Amino acid sequence: MALSYDDVVAKYEPVLGLEVHVELNTKSKMFCSCATEFGAAPNTQTCPVCLALPGALPVVNEKAIESTILIGLALNCKIAPYSRFARKNYFYPDMPKNFQISQYDEPICFDGYVDVEIETEDGPKQFRIEIERVHMEEDTGKSLHVGGATGRIHGADYSLLDYNRAGIPLVEIVTKIVPGTGKYAPEVAKAYVAELRDILRGLKVSDVKMEQGSLRCDANVSLKPIGSDVLGTRSETKNVNSLRSVERAIRGEMIRHAELLNAGQKVKQETRHFQEDTGLTRSGRSKEQAEDYRYFPDPDLVPVTPDAAWIEQLRAGLPERPSVRRKRLQQEWNVPDKEMAAMINADVLDIVEETVSLGADPTKARSWWLGEISRIANEKDLPVAELSIKPVDVAELVSLVSKGELTDKLARQVVEGVIAGEGTPAEVVAQRGIKVVNDDGALMAAIEKVCAEQAETAEKVRGGHLPAAGALIGAVMKETKGQADAARVRELLLKHLGQG
Amino acid sequence: MIHATAAEMAKALAAKEISSVDLTKAHLDRIAEVDSQVKAFLHVDADGALAQAQAVDEKIASGQTLSPLAGVPLALKDVLTQQGVPTTAGSKILQGWRPPYDSTVVAKLKAAGVVIVGKTNMDEFAMGSSTENSGYGPTFNPWDLSRTPGGSSGGSAAAVSAYEAPIAIGSDTGGSIRQPAALTGIVGVRPTYGAVSRFGLIAYSSSLDQAGPFGRTVLDTALLHEIISGHDPKDATSISAPVPAVVHAARNGDVKGVKIGVIKQLQGEGYQKGVQARFDESLQTLASLGAEIVEVDCPSFEYALAAYYLIAPSECSSNLARFDAMRYGLRTGDGQGASAESVMSKTRDAGFGREVKRRIILGTYALSSGYYDAYYGSAQKIRTLIIQDYAKAFTQADVLVSPTAPTTAYKIGEKVDDPMAMYLGDVATIPVNLAGICGMSLPAGLADEDNLPVGFQIMAPAMQDQRLYQVGAALEAALNSKWGGPLLAKAPALGGVK
Ligand SMILES: [Zn+2]
Repeated sequence: MALSYDDVVAKYEPVLGLEVHVELNTKSKMFCSCATEFGAAPNTQTCPVCLALPGALPVVNEKAIESTILIGLALNCKIAPYSRFARKNYFYPDMPKNFQISQYDEPICFDGYVDVEIETEDGPKQFRIEIERVHMEEDTGKSLHVGGATGRIHGADYSLLDYNRAGIPLVEIVTKIVPGTGKYAPEVAKAYVAELRDILRGLKVSDVKMEQGSLRCDANVSLKPIGSDVLGTRSETKNVNSLRSVERAIRGEMIRHAELLNAGQKVKQETRHFQEDTGLTRSGRSKEQAEDYRYFPDPDLVPVTPDAAWIEQLRAGLPERPSVRRKRLQQEWNVPDKEMAAMINADVLDIVEETVSLGADPTKARSWWLGEISRIANEKDLPVAELSIKPVDVAELVSLVSKGELTDKLARQVVEGVIAGEGTPAEVVAQRGIKVVNDDGALMAAIEKVCAEQAETAEKVRGGHLPAAGALIGAVMKETKGQADAARVRELLLKHLGQG
Repeated sequence: MIHATAAEMAKALAAKEISSVDLTKAHLDRIAEVDSQVKAFLHVDADGALAQAQAVDEKIASGQTLSPLAGVPLALKDVLTQQGVPTTAGSKILQGWRPPYDSTVVAKLKAAGVVIVGKTNMDEFAMGSSTENSGYGPTFNPWDLSRTPGGSSGGSAAAVSAYEAPIAIGSDTGGSIRQPAALTGIVGVRPTYGAVSRFGLIAYSSSLDQAGPFGRTVLDTALLHEIISGHDPKDATSISAPVPAVVHAARNGDVKGVKIGVIKQLQGEGYQKGVQARFDESLQTLASLGAEIVEVDCPSFEYALAAYYLIAPSECSSNLARFDAMRYGLRTGDGQGASAESVMSKTRDAGFGREVKRRIILGTYALSSGYYDAYYGSAQKIRTLIIQDYAKAFTQADVLVSPTAPTTAYKIGEKVDDPMAMYLGDVATIPVNLAGICGMSLPAGLADEDNLPVGFQIMAPAMQDQRLYQVGAALEAALNSKWGGPLLAKAPALGGVK
């Protein structure tokens, strides 16, 4: 019964809309001076303003405005010379004022675009994602519903409220509808969020950690029959907390919509929640009855009127665009396209760059991060950046290998040790007693032993058939438990067999 | 001692003729004596006040130069937070709440050594014009205990008028300082919007609210005005320009060559005869002092009341959303299985009074999608027209004047069931709030028909507050000499003691 994805895209054209919420990394909150650190004890980062005590007033964090303008500029937006904050009124316990300060019909940045590139069957293809608006707002607190089956407010025994997050500056980036992506819709969406993340990281305005919620994506999806001009009913999927989930959620929603449409049923306009484990969405709040938020300009705040000269100054200071940077790095490091794509896909570009900046050879740095380290990260199901091995460790490792103090094989043991938390590469080498056998006497003993055991092969080499030496070298390495330098072994072996 | 002006008290304190502790005790005694009749205070902070007084006395003894009101007692409207002291805004929903922080006004008062004796009664969340909407019962007018002192800052006005404190702080959203000042025969000023920080002022209508001073004289009011004014980084709408020289103006009252504009729309029909008579006499007095009287036309003022009763309820419907039982204040309906929604709803039902609910409902409706443009949107347009009317009028006159309120103090209970009649009492004061400018009410005499005080209102452009004091001081001096002393001397004794 279940439709295949190919069936879906053969019949329907997906239309996307993406809303990304970004927590800014300002030191203080949007409207008060409370700290914004992640993971502090509940309700320790609060004050009369963000707890909405009677009489308290908000004052805009100028740094947050600067960050938002930077984001707008980086997304090719126009910057409004005059914009206002509005109150979005609704009651919910994790929102202390029972209204959220946001921007409504006067966003600070509007009309921009981002170009993203994805790999297709016909080679790389570019898509332009148009940006409707970028606006500022404040985050809500967090509720923890205790008891009950679902962890939701209904059926809970009681709820705990943590207002540390209340008032953290959020920037919402809203795309215009994105048509014309066809079967590539999930990849385009993923590439867009990845591009946004890279842009924001380059601007240094957010930690952009999807797993910590500092970058959150809501994906709107609708389908229309191919060739039709009429937009379908959209669903809005929340809780999409990784790049992979963006892709999965959109693919899943496309299939779900298509199944409904094929069965002659209607798609409900509703909020859905992405389930990381199943890759499916479940129904949330129905949006058929539009909520009335009674927006009006916040009378406690004054309009935001950024100076044109200041905006130009910010524009002039924008960092290199991620796509430009990627091209530059590819050239500098002389990386083939496929390898470059692999690095981007594995999200190791920053880490490799940092490793190279610490003196490592680009090819070596890349092969460590993309190879052994990525393998271990996959095993542990962690992002590479979360492992305890850092660029400085890899740079040290590369240096130890090039100085001949480690073989590649030994270096892999050292990587394991660093990831296991045993210390820096030098410390792991010392503690594990790892060292290359440099003692020619010991090596010669092993060579003689191996040549005696494999006399036939040794004879071949002696007779000038050099490829046969590989097997002998391997056996010597095994004999010395990998601690020997393979190059030195080869040298001594060939000499021993009269080929040096 | 309690009948002196604040300026005289401060002078005697600086000269070490009296101590702040004795002065404070005298006022606490007066409160103990008369407040059972006046009911101006919701909370008297005797210990806190005496501790503050003691600290000031020590500073004076050590020869420190202090502010012009150091050691002088003050009554604080319960709408401003004072750390550790119960603050309710006149509402049951905040009963027992002790703020963990000082409002900027309170911080400035403390820094100036002003002694805060207690928190005064008010209409709940400043919504009302008679103090009858207080969750804790009404305040009574010291001139006639069967009448209201006006409102919403009725407690502060009554306290000053009854000699329970020489000065007080009120707040004025639609006339809530000027109207009670008029009804109790004292001076009250609503400063320019943004001149006094709103940080810690429990919000009714953010774009209209402004704290301000009460005194028995124009000079006392100016001294207090200066202390509480100034830019505050904690209030985004706070003005950073220097504080106008209000004290200097109050010491140098003069109207020679000053153009005084009488607003055509704010007199005549609808104004009590005795009110109009005292107003006209005051105008003549000003003319005799050398002022030039002109009439100005402000046609949009006709719609001011309607605009106010859309804007203020709209903002209040949002401002008061925070009273939800989750973090502080009253909590009703809690228990096994009660949802947050039902606790919020039951608490708000139990904690808010009728007028507050009426305005929340009005405002919620006015902001609703589909009605926004017709109500809130139109009201904002009227606001712009009123600002334009004022701008034009101020090209023709240096200050504008009107009676402060159309009537003298009315009987308790007379208008509680007729909100429209109550709202009409604000017709002359509301335009000032909508335009964000400043206004003063000072005593103009007693109405012939009821022997109750009449207020004379002076209005000046934004950040020209000194003009109020310059004109007010001149009129006050002329009227006092005509009456042979301040008007308040004519007030009947309370409880047989004066
Ligand atoms: Zn805070």
